[in-house]
Amino acid sequence: MSTETRKLDRVVIRFAGDSGDGMQLTGDRFTSEAAAFGNDLATQPNFPAEIRAPQGTLPGVSSFQLHFADYDILTPGDRPDVLVAMNPAALKANVVDLPDGGILIVNTDEFTKRNLTKVGYDSNPLEDESLAKFQVHKVAMATLTIGALEETGLGKKDAERAKNMFALGLLSWMYHRPTEGTERFLREKFAKKPDIAEANVLAFRAGWNYGETTEAFAVTYEVAPAKLNVGTYRQITGNTATAYGIVAAAQRSKLPVVLGTYPITPASDILHELSKHKNFDITTVQAEDEIAGIGIALGASYGGALGVTSTSGPGIALKSETIGLAVMTELPLLVIDVQRGGPSTGLPTKTEQADLLQAMFGRNGESPVPIVAPQSPSDCFDAVLDAARIALKYRTPVLFLSDGAVANGSEPWLIPDVDSLPDLTVEFATDPETFQPYARDPETLARPWAVPGTPGLQHRIGGLEKQDVTGNISYDPENHDRMVRLRQAKIDGIEVPDVVVDDPSGEAKVLVVGWGSSYGPIGAAARRVRKLGLPVAHAHLRHLNPFPKNLGEVLRKYDKVIVPEMNLGQLALLLRAKYLVDAVSYTKVQGLPFKAEELQNVLADVIKGVSA
Amino acid sequence: MTAIDLGIPGLSGVPTTDEKQTAKDYKSDQEVRWCPGCGDYVVLNAVQSFLPSLGLKRENIVFVSGIGCSSRFPYYMNTYGMHSIHGRAPAIATGLAVSRPDLSVWVVTGDGDALSIGGNHLIHTLRRNVNLKILLFNNRIYGLTKGQYSPTSEEGKVTKSTPAGSLDHPFNPVSLALGAEASFVGRAIDSDRAGLTSVLRQAAEHRGSALVEIYQNCPIFNDGAFDVLKDADEAQRRIINVVDGEPIRFGREGEYCVIREGFGLAVAKSADVDASDIVIHDASDLNLSFALSRLSTQDLTHTVTGVFRRADRPTYDDSARAQVSEAKAAKAADLSKLLHGKDTWTVVG
Repeated sequence: MSTETRKLDRVVIRFAGDSGDGMQLTGDRFTSEAAAFGNDLATQPNFPAEIRAPQGTLPGVSSFQLHFADYDILTPGDRPDVLVAMNPAALKANVVDLPDGGILIVNTDEFTKRNLTKVGYDSNPLEDESLAKFQVHKVAMATLTIGALEETGLGKKDAERAKNMFALGLLSWMYHRPTEGTERFLREKFAKKPDIAEANVLAFRAGWNYGETTEAFAVTYEVAPAKLNVGTYRQITGNTATAYGIVAAAQRSKLPVVLGTYPITPASDILHELSKHKNFDITTVQAEDEIAGIGIALGASYGGALGVTSTSGPGIALKSETIGLAVMTELPLLVIDVQRGGPSTGLPTKTEQADLLQAMFGRNGESPVPIVAPQSPSDCFDAVLDAARIALKYRTPVLFLSDGAVANGSEPWLIPDVDSLPDLTVEFATDPETFQPYARDPETLARPWAVPGTPGLQHRIGGLEKQDVTGNISYDPENHDRMVRLRQAKIDGIEVPDVVVDDPSGEAKVLVVGWGSSYGPIGAAARRVRKLGLPVAHAHLRHLNPFPKNLGEVLRKYDKVIVPEMNLGQLALLLRAKYLVDAVSYTKVQGLPFKAEELQNVLADVIKGVSA
Repeated sequence: MTAIDLGIPGLSGVPTTDEKQTAKDYKSDQEVRWCPGCGDYVVLNAVQSFLPSLGLKRENIVFVSGIGCSSRFPYYMNTYGMHSIHGRAPAIATGLAVSRPDLSVWVVTGDGDALSIGGNHLIHTLRRNVNLKILLFNNRIYGLTKGQYSPTSEEGKVTKSTPAGSLDHPFNPVSLALGAEASFVGRAIDSDRAGLTSVLRQAAEHRGSALVEIYQNCPIFNDGAFDVLKDADEAQRRIINVVDGEPIRFGREGEYCVIREGFGLAVAKSADVDASDIVIHDASDLNLSFALSRLSTQDLTHTVTGVFRRADRPTYDDSARAQVSEAKAAKAADLSKLLHGKDTWTVVG
């Protein structure tokens, strides 16, 4: 029997299994295959905070969702079209998201009575009617994998562990994916254990052949390459793009980088990545705590390096005092906050954008700090470069607000020509005749960066209030007032590009304003409501402090402004306070990104309300 | 920048000058604002007088401090300086030392700054062995906040915050530093200019973290805390000054000595013991250094001064720079190549 091939414009696949099942790796490989094939794509991993929650339980479920298409897409997809469930827990935790008629591929080997009871199934869903509304494919993946590896001599337990590659092989066949990349990858990954490498390759091929030779699957699918802009692409996650942006900042400023940091989810991968690139004059110091991490970064900046620290919300709380010192000493410093669910330890592996007001105001005294937020995984590169530009040019700490969704999500990235990247060269102070520690550049209000070792510029700085110009300690009331205003004016005067409004029809009366990682879902929702004939304008803010100069004017142009956020309305609060516009919040704090569908409904309702 | 090797490990990489320097060159134009009679003046003078002898370019010396009376120190030094935040000076100085091998970096801190709020940074700096010279001014009291007990105050200390007496057991800063395996630990007394200068010099020459505890009198909130060590007769009986390689004897005529006892050390009369039983100081022996530190009691019955420990081990900052240099030598900094990675695809028009 020949299988039918159907053409699709987009597919969302979710791989779900136990956290020990290798679902992240499986998803990652499928992503690379889609990327190599030329699809546009977006991914979203979702995993528990526990490294290995008890096997086969609901808290131990790890999943990886991948959206790939023949056109440019903005999100990892609201719901999977295909769910691969490696055990009953993965099925139970994810099947609610599968739409009626969706494809469900189940590893039947794990559906034992014991495993079913563990997650509260009274009867085996594969044997009752509960899955009738889906296209269910029951595949004994573990058994088939063990069978395929019989001749390798590998123990049963080791052989069974390759079942995720069986699943990958099967899905690769179903969607006509190229396979060479995965085989090459496996051989490289397990270069030191050639038997394991071979076992994984065999399992991968067994999955492919299972699809090809059995008649279980009547249909395969094709998703043609997307028409992306001309150029060379790669797949990249937000954390990697952030790390690369920092490397680029080192290169473009010709400064060494010192990353002082402390491991914390979901920011640690920035440390891991940067620690590999010492050849770019990058030093990484894993400090004893969050406070030491930023202290080390600030000390390095004082010495003329670009100091960087990376953390998540709880770490920002600990670093606040040192950020204040950097505000007072007016030294460049890059502070990366990969936001996660809060407060306190909160939801370490989930996403949220609730640190905006902490970034804005979370310090004692009047302590203004510029804030930059990336809107997608690949955008982290440009955004962090811009944060470095601000830090270096204006001699200030800058907060970079990434989040779990962009940090761990991935998408294709049009690799930039390195010569086209902004020039971040700085000039250190050298002239003892004119030097004053707190004299200011009339244009930027930045003070001179006078690094130790420069003859004749010996001076003392610190956290005590400074006398204007001389930088000596000053308790003078008038001077303090002046300095508070000067520090604020410096931040307010930072040059940031105008916000660009996306309103293809030019007839929108409703403006949706977002920031950070909600760009994808908001953008996708806006496209959908426009298709329904409802015009909507979308403005997305990269710069949260200072706001773009045209923002007030933009906000006032529309009858209604709606602000979706993964918090309780923090940007909306700022917009209302600063611009006196009646910005309406739409908020959700579930540790997950918005779904395009829910925002579509929200926007449609608002637009209809305005027209009515 | 010219780096001239002085042959002094602690300062190798820091440029020197032939210009003659005096203590005056190290005084900044800022008015010194410690209380009259504060021990900090003595230490400041000792440091300003001693630094010229190192022959370093003044602009390559940096003092970093935390918060507290002693942490005002950088303002009075005509070098580079940062008066940072409470307890964090070792962390900030670490960032500076890691990125700048051409600087001589000094940390000035107090018993509250270093041992209370900044205790974590202190022990980790010492175990890493960052090339920093840490001067810990110990006056056994919080001065700047006007007189609360500190982590080195004796138990039962009556202060504003402890009218019924403090409950905390104090740290012995030298024992703490040795517990963190500091590669250099010394102690001096503010009033002993020669002893202080000698320890400072050895600290400067040492490559790695050097912790120098300085007993320092606070005339306002804890006056006379160290008076028994400043009385000539008492000092003879109480101060045990140790010198590497020499038998540990003290007293006017060397009538007291240090001998082994159990797992530790004890004080004996020299006349009562065989000369061969007198312990010879070996600053490279961590166990001996620690045992010596235990001879110093909170009530100052005995106080050991001098250099407890001086041992060579790799410094964190040298090793970190070596990793960067090796990486640079092994692999060109090709940004474009990095950004492309292993898997790319090209879209053509």
